[in-house]
Amino acid sequence: MMMAHGIDLLIEFFYLAASALFILSLKWMSSPKSARHGVWAGEIGMALAIVGTLLYRGPGGAVLHYRWIFIGLVLGSIVGVPLGRVAMTAVPQRTALSHAFGAFCVTLVGIAHYYSEVPDLPRFTMAVLSAEVILGSLTFTGSLMAAGKLQEILPQRPITYRGANVVNLGILGVAVAFAIYLITNPGHTAFFPFIVALPLAFGVLMIIPIGGADMPTVISLLNSYAGLSAAAMGFVLNSKLLIIAGALDGSSGFILSVIMSKAMNRSFTNVLFGAFGQVQASAAGAAEQRTVRSATPEEAAGILSAANKVVIVPGYGMAVAQAQHKVRELFDSLSRRGVDVKFGIHPVAGRMPGHMNVLLAEADIPYDRLLDLDEINADFPQTDVALIIGANDVTNPAARDDKASPIYGMPILDVDKARTVMVIKRGMSPGFAGIDNPLYYLDRTLMLFGDAKAFVGDIVRELSGSHH
Amino acid sequence: MPDIINALFVFMLACFLGFEVIRRVSPLLHTPLMSLTNALDAISVVGAILLVGEGKSTFTTVLGTLGIIAATSNIVGGFIITDRMLKMFKSSRPAGPSAGK
Repeated sequence: MMMAHGIDLLIEFFYLAASALFILSLKWMSSPKSARHGVWAGEIGMALAIVGTLLYRGPGGAVLHYRWIFIGLVLGSIVGVPLGRVAMTAVPQRTALSHAFGAFCVTLVGIAHYYSEVPDLPRFTMAVLSAEVILGSLTFTGSLMAAGKLQEILPQRPITYRGANVVNLGILGVAVAFAIYLITNPGHTAFFPFIVALPLAFGVLMIIPIGGADMPTVISLLNSYAGLSAAAMGFVLNSKLLIIAGALDGSSGFILSVIMSKAMNRSFTNVLFGAFGQVQASAAGAAEQRTVRSATPEEAAGILSAANKVVIVPGYGMAVAQAQHKVRELFDSLSRRGVDVKFGIHPVAGRMPGHMNVLLAEADIPYDRLLDLDEINADFPQTDVALIIGANDVTNPAARDDKASPIYGMPILDVDKARTVMVIKRGMSPGFAGIDNPLYYLDRTLMLFGDAKAFVGDIVRELSGSHH
Repeated sequence: MPDIINALFVFMLACFLGFEVIRRVSPLLHTPLMSLTNALDAISVVGAILLVGEGKSTFTTVLGTLGIIAATSNIVGGFIITDRMLKMFKSSRPAGPSAGK
């Protein structure tokens, strides 16, 4: 008896230490200088949590059945290593996939818990168990759908149909109704499959109308749901460690989704039940015949090498064209000539929060050159050249000036205040929202038509060719 | 009942703590932040281990083992990719680019 107590206490101390390490882990992410310590703290915390759990003794001091635990741990590690080694360009879909895996685990444990305890489930346990299973299921299919869209297995275009929101919310509402019934009557096992199946369907339907440009918000939201479902599991098992880790993850995802929605001047509900699909139709006809000025790589190289200050604005187009390494060459070439080159990064540039920063860091661009929207905007009036590579709506001055614009109010990078604006773009097609960009028709704007990687490469070649 | 109240207090405090800590994370690191929280979130492996370890039935063992596999792959993959990303973030050296023209 004393033995069992000693081990229980030891396990609790392991969990206490793990919780502290998880908090430190996130705290150290505040700066790139300490961030790697954060990973180590997280790893040690996780190891303590797992070892502590393996020490667990059941009633009568019975040790756990280790065989399948170890098989699971080994197989999971075998699957995990390649998922940790994917290319940086695949990080958004990898992240979505891992949200799905996390939710998968939570859901399965919830289902197993229900069937092994039923009907002996107190109301509070059944309530949090329902929350665990509902959140887990919808996060599982929602994240798989998001991963599929990001990997382009599924169409990236938003698919909308009339009444979609009513149908979706109806499905979720019915699931919640079943859950509420089960809280008072947990023994009605016939109802339980519905609180798994309906949220699974809801997860699919929730992501169908989401377009690629909304992905940063949606991934963050799914991150939050995954965390909350783990916290719900913590309530079911009465584990403070799970509650803490789940709450940290849940609040992290929540904060990121708030930042992303603000950066698009949209509410959560607007992203999830969004009306952007309709915008496309109304704005498409508005484009009139206006003239644009275009330039060759040679001319662009001439202007860039004569500049003192250049701000490069990357967007998803840079990621698609895999142009980041050529952009680094341009950065090096201009820096060698004494040009001050910075990067202006919009929070929603790319497909997930911080996407551009990771790609540019991978291309060896120092992080102190990567500036956030708020940090860079004051610089544009003193900037000689703003070079936009594969970004569109986040530079659209209509969001600032045109009250009739569907994206009015969205914070943008004020590239139009730079002396010269250069835009690398494949053609004149509009951005994700189907909105025309008046930036392209300004006198100070030069359009550089072509593939981002090839065009930047041509500019770099011109710059090195004119070496003196 | 006291267990439930304790759990709710812990949850409430952890949420506030999470908000305060995450608010301070630089936007530079939002992608690695998400992959790190992904790895930490796989703490649900604890629940799956207990489920399999208690070995109540074949059903719980199968579901729990699948859960352990999914969560462990998040732990291993999440920490590996977070560390890979963070290694790439370098500051420009104080020496700066060489003076040669």
